Amino acid sequence: MKFKTIVSLVILAAFAVMLTSRANASTAEEQGFEIAARSDRTDVGFGESEVELKMILRNAAGQQSSRSLRISTFEKPDETVGDKSLVLFDTPRDIEGTALLSHAKILDPDDQWLYLPALKRVKRISSSNKSGPFVGSEFAFEDFTAIELNKFDYKHIGTVDCNGLQCDVLERLPRYENSGYTKQVAWVDQTDFQIRKVEFYDRRGDLLKVLELKDYRQYENGVWRAHLLSMSNVQTNKQTDLIYDDYRFDIGLSEGDFVKGRLSRLR
Amino acid sequence: MNNANTSRFFLLAVLLSALVAQADEASWDFSANVELQTRFFTQDAAWSGQESNTGQFSFATTAEVRWRNAENTQRASFIPYLRWDQADDERSLVDLREAYWAYEADSFELLIGSNTVFWGVTESLHLVDIINQTDAVADIDGEDKLGQPMVNLALQRDWGLMNLYVMPYFRERTFAGTNGRFRAPLPVDTDRPQYESSTEEKHVDLALRYSHYIGDVDIGLSLFSGTSREPRLVPNEAGNALLPYYDQIEQFGVDLQYTRDAWLWKLEAIVRDGFAETFAAAVGGFEYTFYQVGDSAADIGMLLEYQYDGRGEQEPISIADNDLFVGTRLALNDTQDTAVLAGVGYDVDTGETFINIEADRRFGEDLVVEFRGRFLSGARPQDLTYTLANDDYLQLQLSRYF
Repeated sequence: MKFKTIVSLVILAAFAVMLTSRANASTAEEQGFEIAARSDRTDVGFGESEVELKMILRNAAGQQSSRSLRISTFEKPDETVGDKSLVLFDTPRDIEGTALLSHAKILDPDDQWLYLPALKRVKRISSSNKSGPFVGSEFAFEDFTAIELNKFDYKHIGTVDCNGLQCDVLERLPRYENSGYTKQVAWVDQTDFQIRKVEFYDRRGDLLKVLELKDYRQYENGVWRAHLLSMSNVQTNKQTDLIYDDYRFDIGLSEGDFVKGRLSRLR
Repeated sequence: MNNANTSRFFLLAVLLSALVAQADEASWDFSANVELQTRFFTQDAAWSGQESNTGQFSFATTAEVRWRNAENTQRASFIPYLRWDQADDERSLVDLREAYWAYEADSFELLIGSNTVFWGVTESLHLVDIINQTDAVADIDGEDKLGQPMVNLALQRDWGLMNLYVMPYFRERTFAGTNGRFRAPLPVDTDRPQYESSTEEKHVDLALRYSHYIGDVDIGLSLFSGTSREPRLVPNEAGNALLPYYDQIEQFGVDLQYTRDAWLWKLEAIVRDGFAETFAAAVGGFEYTFYQVGDSAADIGMLLEYQYDGRGEQEPISIADNDLFVGTRLALNDTQDTAVLAGVGYDVDTGETFINIEADRRFGEDLVVEFRGRFLSGARPQDLTYTLANDDYLQLQLSRYF
C-alpha cells in the first residue's frame, strides 16, 4: 500500500470519527426531530385516501354509544403546508350527512367548514377550538385533524421496550396556539417507525389521556396505518375507540373534492 | 298534490326503478324518520274560527332514498315528506323535499329536479336566502322550506363556485288555515293566489350565485329575478279573507363572514326592486364562543345581531325593520349532542320583545327530543305582531330515526 493511500485512509477514518461523534453530540432536541421526521416520512407519498370507521364511546359506567363516519384525506407533500381532510357522518341517523372540511395549516389556525344537512347550510367555523371534544368523544379536534410534523417541538427522552419492539420515547410540545396540552409523550418504534402510544398532559401538567395505536398494517404503497385507536381519559375514565376498515388509496380524489362547495353534494 | 306534482312523482318513480335495474356496484342509502309534535298554547285563541283547544298535535314523516352510480359521476335523491295536523288542515301537507338527478364531472355539476338550497351566514334572520319557498305554517322561525323544482348548473373553479339556477315552477307559501294559530283576524285564502306575472306559477325564475373564501373571509354574491317568495296580503272582494299577491322582483344579495379566533363577524344585505319602491335591508353582528367553560366540555356562544329593513308600507310587511337580537348558545359537547339556544329579539321602534328558546338532545342512538318555547310581549294594537299576541306556545317534539 502506497503511503499516499494510507494517508488518505487515515484522513477518511478521522473524518468518519468526527462525523460520528458529531452525530452523538447532537442534542436530544435534534434527535427527537429526526425520529419524528423519519416516522412522518414513512407516510409521504400516500397521495389520497379514504376510510370508513366506527367510533365507540364509553362512559365511566360502561354505557356505550357509537358513530360511523368516513374520512378522506388529500396529502400536501410539502411539510410546510397541511393536508386537506373531509369527515362525513353516517350515524347517528339524526346527524347523517353532517360533514367537516379542514384545510390544515402548520402554525396558523386551520380553515374549517361544517355542513349541516337539516338546513343544507355550510358554516365556516372557528378553528381556535383545538382542545374541545370532537363529537362528544375523548378525541379533541387537535388529536383528530392531521398530525403535521412541524406542529411540534421534539425532544428524545429515552428508549424503552414496547410490546416486543424497541421504542424511542419523544416529548413533543405543541407550537400552535390554543392547544389543550402542555406536552405529549409519544412512543415510536425503531423497526417500522410508527407511533405506538401517546400520552397527553393537560394545561396543569397532569396526565389527561393515553392513546394506544394498534393493529398496524402495511399497504401495497408501503404506508402503514393503525386500525384501532384507543383513547382513554385517565381523569374521567371515559374511553373512545376508533375502529378502521381497510384504507383505500389512489381512488382518484383531487384537491377539487376538498372545497366548501362540495359539502352539499356529498350524498 | 296537484296534477303536475303527481305526474312528476310518477316520472321519478319510473326513473328510480330504472336506476334500481342497472345498479351494479352503485350505492344506495335508505333512511326515514317519524316526528310526533305537541304544541301547548298558553292563551285561548284570539280570532273566531280558530281551534278552541289550546293543544295542537301533529305527525310528520320523511323518507330518504339516495343513489350514486359505481363510477361516482351520477347521483339521485328522492325525499318525500308528509305532515298531518289534527287542528289545522292547511298545516297538513305532502311535499317532495328533494327529487333530483345530478351529473357530476371534474369541474361542474348539473342537477335537475326538486332541491333545497341555503344561502347566508346570519342566525336571527335569513335575508339573502331566496331559492326555496318557506313552509311558514311548519314553524314560525321560517327555516322549514319546500322543495324547489330547478335546473342547477354548478361550476367549481380556482376562483370560486358559480351556481346558475333556472326555476320553471313556483311554490306558494303555506299559511295557517281558519282553524289554525298564527294568523291575522282574516285567514289567508291559499286557493286563490294572485300573481303579477301573467304566466303565474309557471314564470321561469332565474338566479346566480358566486361563493368563495379568501383567507378568513367567506363571501357570497347573489342575483335573483322572478317571483317574490314573500307575498303581499290583500283583502278579497268580500272582505272575509286575505289573498296572497306574488310580485315580480329583482334582488341583489351579499353575505360575508369574517372568522378570527373565537369570533365570527357576519353580514347579510339585500337590495330588492319590483315592489312599489326599491329598498335595502341588512342584518349583521357577531358570534363569540367561550370554549370549554370552567374546564368542562361545554361551549357557550354569545350572539348579537342588528336587523334593518328599509321597505315602505306598500311592500310585504317585515317585522325585522329596526330590531336587535341577543342570544346565547350552549353546547354541552356530550355524546347526546345536548344543545340550547335562547334569544331575545327587541324592536327598537315599538318595544315589542320576542323570546325564543330551543333545546335539543338525543336519547340512545336514534331518538331525538326537541323543545321550543316562543313568547311575544309588548305588541301594541297597531303592530302586526299584535295579531299573534295570544299565540305564545311551548312545543315538544319526538323524532325517531330509522
